[in-house]
Amino acid sequence: MQNERTDIPAGVWERCQSCGAMLYREEVEQNLHVCPECGFHRRIDARTRIAQLVDPGTFEEFLDDLTPTDPLKFTDRIPYPERIKSQQKATGEREAVVVGRAYIRGRKVIIGVMNPAFIMASMGAVVGEKVTAAIERATEENLPMIMVTASGGARMQEGMVSLVQMSKTSAALARLDDAGGLYIIVATDPTTAGVAASFASLGDVILAEPGAMIGFAGPRVIANTIKAELPPGFQTAEFMRTHGFVDRIVERKNLRPEIARIIDYCGK
Amino acid sequence: MSNQPNATATGAAGLGASSYLEFEKPLLRIQSEIEELRRREKESDRDVSKDIEEMTNRLRSMTKRMYSHLTPWETVLVARHPQRPLLTDYLRLMVRDFCELAGDRCFGDDRAIITGFGRIGPHKVMLVGHNKGKDTKERIACNFGCAHPEGYRKALLKMRLAAKYGVPVVCLIDTPGAYPGVGSEERGISYAIAVNLMELSRLRTPIVCAVIGEGGSGGALGIGVGDNVAMLEHSFYSVISPEGCAAILWRTGEQRKRAAESLKLTANELKRLGIVDQIIPEPFGGAHRDPATAAANLESHITDTLRELKRYKIETILKKRYERIRSLGSFFESAQSTAQTRARKATAAASRTPARTRRTASRPADPVDAPG
Repeated sequence: MQNERTDIPAGVWERCQSCGAMLYREEVEQNLHVCPECGFHRRIDARTRIAQLVDPGTFEEFLDDLTPTDPLKFTDRIPYPERIKSQQKATGEREAVVVGRAYIRGRKVIIGVMNPAFIMASMGAVVGEKVTAAIERATEENLPMIMVTASGGARMQEGMVSLVQMSKTSAALARLDDAGGLYIIVATDPTTAGVAASFASLGDVILAEPGAMIGFAGPRVIANTIKAELPPGFQTAEFMRTHGFVDRIVERKNLRPEIARIIDYCGK
Repeated sequence: MSNQPNATATGAAGLGASSYLEFEKPLLRIQSEIEELRRREKESDRDVSKDIEEMTNRLRSMTKRMYSHLTPWETVLVARHPQRPLLTDYLRLMVRDFCELAGDRCFGDDRAIITGFGRIGPHKVMLVGHNKGKDTKERIACNFGCAHPEGYRKALLKMRLAAKYGVPVVCLIDTPGAYPGVGSEERGISYAIAVNLMELSRLRTPIVCAVIGEGGSGGALGIGVGDNVAMLEHSFYSVISPEGCAAILWRTGEQRKRAAESLKLTANELKRLGIVDQIIPEPFGGAHRDPATAAANLESHITDTLRELKRYKIETILKKRYERIRSLGSFFESAQSTAQTRARKATAAASRTPARTRRTASRPADPVDAPG
């Protein structure tokens, strides 16, 4: 398969990351960015996800003006503010999560969608604030909270400021729970570390896309610790379902009806 | 091995040679000189007590100076010092009538987190703390203080018991992080930590937390949510270990010193960032030079904080706790205000308010306005 033709017009055909099949880009997009050959669920950005999930024209974004600062004055290969700027330019987003009010099949919800295209949707102060504020709105307006998670974890460049976002979001969820609010999670690839160990695990119902990586510690770290190979399928959505931490594996095309169905079962 | 009985006479500043850290070499030199003088004093009849006294004073003042300017990486080394007092030391030095309660009623008893009733000063408390182990056998039994899901579940179970009877909870944090292993993932380490974060935010009894050594990321936070979070002076608290951070950002562990600096993981930095409420002073030269004083300082911090908290009704405590958690790490600005900051710094504060209309009651130094 290695010596296949490479003179394909760029941007029309794409290779599936999973099965290697050559796919017509438009067809993949129409198939919600799922490979028509093998069913591999590609990562998609927040806007694409929202367009797929909510009723057309109903999304009302809030807190889109929030933008990160540099509390640690952090510099790795480049200063953190520069990293943010280049990510903002590349994605057209100010941060790694989009939150707002919308309808899903006619049911009014508060929805948050994380954007793996933005520093792997790592959680810094802005992500923590937006997720927390969204949960608080769901509590106040008595609406179901839908969170589409994807994240590499806490954002290292914000240090402890990012870690405490875990307690902040979880505390807001305690209040939503006290108020009898419904919280549905759609875990997508990858939902890991600090985000997995906070709001991405606390759903009343947890749905997950097939094949999504879901876990706490990085697989390399674990392999180093146990000095052995990891079992096949370790830290996938299916693994998490087998071990009791995911309710349902749901294909992308079925997410809308599944979410609507759960809202109806839990509706007052 | 040349342990002379009078070696202890140097007081808190004196330690066995093997206990000195790399950066403490200058201290070790003076210490050796003192020992040399003592030896000579024995052999000849010359009185060198004046010299010894002078050297001892020099050792003390140098130790003091060194420890008042530890670099972040030196702080990490001190926090991980093999002789640094651990949970079991504080149990012995600070807690009376400790009554350990084991097990998560679900899987097992994780030795990396120890829980039980005890008395600290005039207070009955539920003590929850990471256990790193004193010797090799213990360390292996408790995975060097890295807890599995059952550890976090045990912690929550005992804290709920405490809340049922209005007994306050004291959490002592000292872990490299939650255990990264197959069993840990299979049994839901993410879920276990997440549930604790949620439940501690609404647990109906006062919660006082203190980092006594290493505050390792989510594994620390899993028992680190409360009404008051303090750090011992030379402990550290970080989203990732300096080694891990260096490996990810610079692809080499060699940059760990730089990573330690970048991460702002010291008590002073975290106080400045509003992440911790208080810094508990350590005896000069660090807790390992004088565990009894370290324990006394920790004890008085806990008793003072509990006395203060007990003045309030639980509803007030819970409201304040939420406000505290809600305002943590609020470093962001609205895009509009960023633009205006560039134009005119003075108007920035006012223009930021629209984005923050829903923010909860402000804390003394609102960190939103702090950066810069």
